[in-house]
Amino acid sequence: MKRLLAPLPIALLTGLFALFALLVYGLVAGGAERRAGESSQLTEGSSAPALTLPLLSGRGRRSLADYRGKVVVLNFWASWCEPCRDESPLLERWHERIEKDGGAVLGVNVLDVSDDARAFAARYGLRYPLLRDRDGRTLKDFEVAGQPWTFVIGRDGRITAVRRGPVDDAFLREEVLPLTGSAS
Amino acid sequence: MRRALLAALIAALVVAPAAAACPRTSVGDLEDEVQCLECGVPLQLATESPQANRERALIARLVGSCASKDEIKDRLVAEFGPRVLTTPDDDGFDLAAWVVPVAALLAGAVAIGLTARRWRRSRRNGAEPTPSGDGGRLDADIERYDL
Repeated sequence: MKRLLAPLPIALLTGLFALFALLVYGLVAGGAERRAGESSQLTEGSSAPALTLPLLSGRGRRSLADYRGKVVVLNFWASWCEPCRDESPLLERWHERIEKDGGAVLGVNVLDVSDDARAFAARYGLRYPLLRDRDGRTLKDFEVAGQPWTFVIGRDGRITAVRRGPVDDAFLREEVLPLTGSAS
Repeated sequence: MRRALLAALIAALVVAPAAAACPRTSVGDLEDEVQCLECGVPLQLATESPQANRERALIARLVGSCASKDEIKDRLVAEFGPRVLTTPDDDGFDLAAWVVPVAALLAGAVAIGLTARRWRRSRRNGAEPTPSGDGGRLDADIERYDL
């Protein structure tokens, strides 16, 4: 007993305990991350996760909760994403089309250089609200595995449709118009 | 005319050393310290990713404008957040990533030193002649087992 209480064994035991604790923490944290990446629980009918981000323009922040009661087309994009170039003008047209009926397109720019993203928005004349997620932290919440990726969110905040890849006119007509109540 | 020449000479003297020092780093020098956020590997391994290429283009632009390695890293962190660096930061919680291994090495060195000293001392004690008789042997045994 006297030997166990000597300074050296105490220091060694403390060190071992600290290393063990770090190992356990690493395994638990890594495991949680892996689980989040593997499981796909965000499907049609799920509540959209909370999202609050700065605007790409740098003037203020915007939250998904600000759009409660509206139909939202939430589009994850980046200026380096080739298919995003094709769908952005379409999304702009749809934003203009559904705005009067209580709908909105909301863009989330991810993992991008801000100047490049702003140049992209100017080039394609995007006037719908563009948010900036510089390190892609919302990708995990929304289980987005690539760009572009689009969610249609109903007035009650529930996801009604998910499109992995670029959207087209037919998809938007089919998924958005019934929610806004606009004529097709 | 003379004034203009003098001004040009002064400008050349001021600008020339700065120009000689430019570029101060290279894209290759930063590629192993910067992460491709889309693919989760260092930039030097992300040869195909468009997101990595966009990061590379930004670094190249900054190298071209004569930014130092630290300035480029600061700009990358401002653009993409601290996760863009492969090496942990040297403040806050990330400091633990540097301190813990060094502390573990020091603790190991101290432990080895103390063990060696104790082992040497016990050998030296073992070499000494034990007191004669049963009483002396008992004392020696008690000392050896530290009871």
